[in-house]
Amino acid sequence: MRATKVTPEVVKEHGLNDEEYSKIKSLLGREPNLVELGVFSVMWSEHCSYKSTRFHLRKLPTKAPWVLQGPGENAGVVDIGDGDAVVFKMESHNHPSFIEPYQGAATGVGGIMRDVFTMGARPVAMLDSLRFGEPGHPKSRHLVSGVVSGIGGYGNCMGVPTVGGEVNFHRSYNGNILVNAMCVGLAKTGKIFKSAAKGAGNPVVYVGSKTGRDGIHGATMASAEFNEDSEEKRPTVQVGDPFTEKLLLEACLELMATDAIIAIQDMGAAGLTSSSSEMADKGGAGIEIDLDKVPQRETAMTAYDMMLSESQERMLAVLKPGREAEAERIFRKWELDFAVIGVTTDTHRLIVKHKGEVVADMPVRSLSDAAPVYERPFARRAPKTGTPSYDATRPVTPSLLKLLASPDLCSKRWVWEQYDNTVMGDTVQRPGGDAAVVRVHGSRKALAVTTDVTPRYCRADPYEGAKQAVAEAWRNITAAGARPLAVTDCLNYGNPEKPEIMGEIVAGIEGLGEACRALDFPIVSGNCSLYNETQGEGILPTPTIGGVGLLTDVDRMASIAFKREGDAIILIGETKGHLGQSAYLAVVEGKEDGACPPVDLAAEKKNGDFVRGLIEAGRVDTAHDVSDGGLLVAVAEMAMAGNIGAAIAGGDIARLFGEDQGRYLVAVPGGRAGEILAAAKTAGVAAALIGTTGGDKLAVKDQGDVALAKLKSAHEDWLPGYMGG
Amino acid sequence: MKSAVVVFPASNCDRDAAVALEQITGNKPAMVWHADSEIPKDTDLIVLPGGFSYGDYLRCGAMARLSRVMQDVIKKAQEGRLILGICNGFQVLTESGLLPGALMRNAALKFVCKPVGLTVTETQNVFTRRYDAGQRVVFPVAHGEGNYVADAETLDRLEGEGRVVFRYAPGENPNGSARDIAGILNEKRNVLGLMPHPERVCDPLLGGTDGRAMFESLIEAVG
Repeated sequence: MRATKVTPEVVKEHGLNDEEYSKIKSLLGREPNLVELGVFSVMWSEHCSYKSTRFHLRKLPTKAPWVLQGPGENAGVVDIGDGDAVVFKMESHNHPSFIEPYQGAATGVGGIMRDVFTMGARPVAMLDSLRFGEPGHPKSRHLVSGVVSGIGGYGNCMGVPTVGGEVNFHRSYNGNILVNAMCVGLAKTGKIFKSAAKGAGNPVVYVGSKTGRDGIHGATMASAEFNEDSEEKRPTVQVGDPFTEKLLLEACLELMATDAIIAIQDMGAAGLTSSSSEMADKGGAGIEIDLDKVPQRETAMTAYDMMLSESQERMLAVLKPGREAEAERIFRKWELDFAVIGVTTDTHRLIVKHKGEVVADMPVRSLSDAAPVYERPFARRAPKTGTPSYDATRPVTPSLLKLLASPDLCSKRWVWEQYDNTVMGDTVQRPGGDAAVVRVHGSRKALAVTTDVTPRYCRADPYEGAKQAVAEAWRNITAAGARPLAVTDCLNYGNPEKPEIMGEIVAGIEGLGEACRALDFPIVSGNCSLYNETQGEGILPTPTIGGVGLLTDVDRMASIAFKREGDAIILIGETKGHLGQSAYLAVVEGKEDGACPPVDLAAEKKNGDFVRGLIEAGRVDTAHDVSDGGLLVAVAEMAMAGNIGAAIAGGDIARLFGEDQGRYLVAVPGGRAGEILAAAKTAGVAAALIGTTGGDKLAVKDQGDVALAKLKSAHEDWLPGYMGG
Repeated sequence: MKSAVVVFPASNCDRDAAVALEQITGNKPAMVWHADSEIPKDTDLIVLPGGFSYGDYLRCGAMARLSRVMQDVIKKAQEGRLILGICNGFQVLTESGLLPGALMRNAALKFVCKPVGLTVTETQNVFTRRYDAGQRVVFPVAHGEGNYVADAETLDRLEGEGRVVFRYAPGENPNGSARDIAGILNEKRNVLGLMPHPERVCDPLLGGTDGRAMFESLIEAVG
């Protein structure tokens, strides 16, 4: 053991305050030693304990008849019929990706995949929601390049298609980018694996990579603000090895096909410490591990190093007694380390031995339930209101081109062409549409998956903005024709110790909760990433929503591309012309101001159910949600995707570029427009015929037209140009 | 037709290849583990699938060449058995010396995944006889190291002997390959390596069926 004494300075270096340290002493009935202090510091870190948010997260809806597993396990699980289950979760890897973009993003992908396959699911789709600083910031290009190649480098090798996500730029992320990775997997409902290490006397086995000194205190790093010295923390970023992860995936799934496993959990943040204590805690058991048996990559590692290492591609499992040899055979076949490192006990204690000595002995509960929960003071900020002034006489088509070429709305092809998006042979809708669609292998069913949030809205009104993020995810899934099932969330905010930031978090969680309840779209997994600040400047509140929906018949599906000339274009939902916080104002007028568009959840549901009904009935195969950039941008996106132009009715700037919520565009053969409009009327849904598809340009009545080729080059050229080809 | 798909530890298109083979030939292929020493004796076609074989942290396919199963693949290739190497499989074939040349890092230094237009330049062989000479097809590519290189003499010879089977269509070369080469045959014309993925375009739902004719050609040739 390291000879360092536990002094007040050492306690402070571990990110624990005086009150927390006193609590540790009272839980142990003595002073902790350094190993124990290290264990407490990671388990009580914001990243692992959710101490600032747990109180509020309890208010989120997490249940529905189709939810098999809500928050609290490695990932959420939802029943999709026929004995199939979808398993998914999103997680942030923001701080490491800023410090070392390739490895930070790569290990983010690796970590979230382990969360999913540790539940017994084969990962089938990845999505990545990315937010960078303003394009002109000296670091942005380097970060985009590193993060994208890191995601590709890991995901491509794993052979899991990366099918969607987001890429946005905003100055608030200049010093603190966001990398939120979501993994979706498929399992059988009867073969879901959990982390509760029930029972005493069962062998605890370590599988995967060897333990090194990498990533020590990563969880603690993720729980503090960034400052000028943060780049010196590069050694705390782990290095990913996708080859080993691929072996680990296949070996785990092979072992899971037997019935040898009692519990299994990946070693993510806080590595061996969190996996062992959480498994014991959930199983109501104790656990005793002998660090001499841990496969080690380096010599002379201390107990402290091993307990806090965040070396990647490792798992901890509890087996049924007597099944060790069978399990070992499988891991040896895949040329992975396998070691029985401990045993479960009935003592409710985490006991760690090293070189024949007990180096840590702590009640398991002290690391979980007894971890601090703070009801931090918070201040609600009045939402922004009104609409900023703008030039109402500005011509429409140049603004459209400007929007399509803007960093947030431009085509992200440069990004997703670096991801293998068709491996596994089930990608039915590739990136670039509303939701990506991935078939359930060997069936007619498919999953529609998306990630969404508009941080501009969340800054104007943290509550409405969070509602909108949920509504947009729900809408994107609906636009593909799928029934939205459930949500995973990644709540990215600033420092919760500041009341105004805590106010954003509380309002955000309330907004998510309201939208999820109204749309029957429960939250089944997720994480919180706080302290996203640099030099005291917080990011825009960014509650990223990952949504999953189900298509029961992949033949009854819609995509955004116009498919025929002469189709009637019908706008579903009400347009009032809400320009506050719109992309139009931001891009064309340089104003990020005003109220964000409110979401009427009842109308959202009614409109969405109507559109989905049309798709399910085989009456509509072309649909697109109207979001960033408003109506005209949505029409342009449909035209570009289908390579078919359109002629549409004109209107003022507010009508053409407003971002009113709950709206869709659908296109149907011209002769069938009447029946769709009649059906809308019966359903009490606002619907209007706004144009016709055809030709090679987008024509706005009396307001000019633009050649499709010109739209496309505006849309496609910005990002490759920015990244240098 | 009896087929086998070789499975290296980090192969990841092995299932895709097996699905396409089963759908089109009606027979499930044998999945042969990299540590096995023999491919089933009655195998007509051996597929080396896409993926990352042993992680490919070294040159792609450099370690796979040394695997146990490859010793039998090399032997069977010499005996005239049909070998199809797709993507990583193509890289393994060049590393093994079963096909000439090498696959370097893409000229743009980035992984690239997209549908790419190809020309079927050669149909006098068992892999593409069901295509029309000069036919335009679209297969997806998904690779970081697909930039085909060989010395001028080798390239001339490949072209002269009608061994360039697929070329990237004009303006569509995604990786900088010499003379737009996307797929080549060995001298005996029983070994084909190509970077694009025919197995990913055998189902209309997934963006096309241009790859089917390759497997249909093989069935026709083998019976």
